[in-house]
Amino acid sequence: MAAKPPRVALFITCLADQFFPMVGECAVEVLRRLGVEVTFNPAQTCCGQPAFNTGYRQETREVAARVLDLFDDAEFIVAPSGSCATMVRVFYPELFADDPERLKKAESLARRFYEFSEFLVKVLKVEDVGASFRGRVSYHDSCHLLRELGVGEEPRKLIRAVRGVEFVELDDYRLCCGFGGTFSVKFPEVSVAMGEDKLNAAKRAGAEVLVANDSGCLMHLAGLAHRQGLPVRTMHLAELLAKRE
Amino acid sequence: MSETGVHSREIHIRAISALGDAHLQEAYRSSTLRLFTGRVEAASEVPGWELLRDRARAIKHDVIEHLDYYLAQFADNVEGLGGKVHWAANGEEACRLVCDIAGRAGAREVVKAKTMVSEEIELTHALAARGIRSVETDMGEFILQLAGERPGHIVAPAIHKTRHDVSELFTAHLHAERTDDPERLTAVARRALREMFAQAGMGLSGANFAVAETGTVVVIENEGNIRFCTTAPRVQVALVGIEKIIPRFADLGIFLRLLGRSATGQKLTVYTSLLTGPRRPGEDGPEELHVVLVDNGRVATLADPKMREALFCIRCGACLNACPVYRKIGGHAYGWVYSGPIGALVTPEFTGIEQGRELPFASTLCGACREVCPVKINIPDLLLHLRSKAQEMTRAPQPKDSPVSERTAMRLWAWLMKGPRRYALAARLARVGQKVFARQGWVRRFSKFPLSRWTEGRDFPALAPKPFRDRWKELSS
Repeated sequence: MAAKPPRVALFITCLADQFFPMVGECAVEVLRRLGVEVTFNPAQTCCGQPAFNTGYRQETREVAARVLDLFDDAEFIVAPSGSCATMVRVFYPELFADDPERLKKAESLARRFYEFSEFLVKVLKVEDVGASFRGRVSYHDSCHLLRELGVGEEPRKLIRAVRGVEFVELDDYRLCCGFGGTFSVKFPEVSVAMGEDKLNAAKRAGAEVLVANDSGCLMHLAGLAHRQGLPVRTMHLAELLAKRE
Repeated sequence: MSETGVHSREIHIRAISALGDAHLQEAYRSSTLRLFTGRVEAASEVPGWELLRDRARAIKHDVIEHLDYYLAQFADNVEGLGGKVHWAANGEEACRLVCDIAGRAGAREVVKAKTMVSEEIELTHALAARGIRSVETDMGEFILQLAGERPGHIVAPAIHKTRHDVSELFTAHLHAERTDDPERLTAVARRALREMFAQAGMGLSGANFAVAETGTVVVIENEGNIRFCTTAPRVQVALVGIEKIIPRFADLGIFLRLLGRSATGQKLTVYTSLLTGPRRPGEDGPEELHVVLVDNGRVATLADPKMREALFCIRCGACLNACPVYRKIGGHAYGWVYSGPIGALVTPEFTGIEQGRELPFASTLCGACREVCPVKINIPDLLLHLRSKAQEMTRAPQPKDSPVSERTAMRLWAWLMKGPRRYALAARLARVGQKVFARQGWVRRFSKFPLSRWTEGRDFPALAPKPFRDRWKELSS
């Protein structure tokens, strides 16, 4: 690591902020453990993804334009979410394609914006964060993280390095869990049927804990498991990496 | 006869009905899995598979950008060989052209190869209205003709029918004995079809590719029925969507290697027929060859620089097999003839965004389709583009339990997200409000859209007692 500790501005994401603050706390703990200086800008809200994925581009632009201005001087921005990182990295430049000034800012932001597991492995070059947890753990690839950002190996390396973890792969690990943002309420029956398949795969693999890096997938799968009284426990990667049991 | 018209607005109710049909679920699950796995294995055998895909994409890109040039070249070459080229702006025109050709040929019966364009333009209905009987000769299509259904899949039209379903149909319509043996079922169809091949006055096919350089129509298949349709009758008609063009004969090798493997996991299909003009003296084949070039919404798609990419499609069906949503809701849920991710793109384009507006939303944007597409169409990106087009040009349906329209809700949401104080205040108010609903960290039922839809099948997490932004003050001190 460089002599000067890296500075990270945390992009908490609206879901983690309001529903799963523990994810943010754990991410901060892990980053600090690795010598990173973490900052948080309370002016942040949402990246704009709900409107973007529902086709409301003007509304998205209004929300996204704020994000461009919030992190002007940040060295790295890290989000505990593959889909929010995708929104900023892949779709912001597309969203501002006709606005040269904002496009420049969007491209600069995209270069400095990382998803949590990607940042640990690719930038900090760390796999073992010093965590320990006993249990059979599996990992669900969230689609944006896997297919838009190409991040699949990094979270697995981090999980395997956790002491006490027995890592098991799901037989359909590349398959979508059915969350899909507003898809989850536009096609709730299909969304639930896909979620059931995912939870069944976890059951087949004998996983006690299903880890993912997106609060959206996790709230969908957890809500389904809770409704159906299934034993599988869902956990964000940051929570697992913060564990010292 | 099969369903007509566009029913894509019914996708929500059709999806629910498919989910409730265990028989259908199993048929789609097992068939898509088999095709999906077959593709993965077949693709892994080819060194430079990714390069092939890139090359094919580049060729298709060139074709679509210069379609006028290549179409003219193709048409000139077909005519030079003695064939006749017809241009159809829409389905009605295409049907009239084909019916007139059949009329002039004096054909009372037409044998049909599998062609998605004919499904699109509802040709069977048009022929029937003119007193001309058409018979589907592809096994899958033959089954569906008896069942009075549209294809459930682009490549495997009867994907949703089990051998038991087929036996039931053959018993009811062809007085065949009951059997679950695929070979005996095939023999039943074969007997019924042989007769038709012999007496039909006209054969009709589609085209997998149309080679501009040589004026060749290329059709691929496994059953031999297309070869029969295109050689036995005196008059032959090929229905060709204008995006089917490839520039050079040498390009064909690239596309054939991709198509069979992507569609069914085959290195090549059993038959590959190259139709280059009508019969020449001393040779076999049809006396007359007609090529009907069909627009039917394709030129309009071309006019949208972003959506143009959807015309790269070579109709392999790989995106359907990979799509977790298609696997659950099946082909008929999409309400027209094309289904799955590519159907969600071309249906709104070809039939109008009014009719097809819900289709681009029937996707989690997971990107599994893009991963398997042989010409690397960025399907999720095009779906997102269509979603914004749908919101600009039409109104989102408003569920009964939704207090406001979707647009109003999104405007309100954006207003909240633009002001961190408003955002924090709204969250605080929601925390007070949720006390009525939440039990031990979960909400079991919401009464208003959109969360009412969430809680139909899942519990919804309660807002945390304190948001992260408030916790941060403690973490940083």
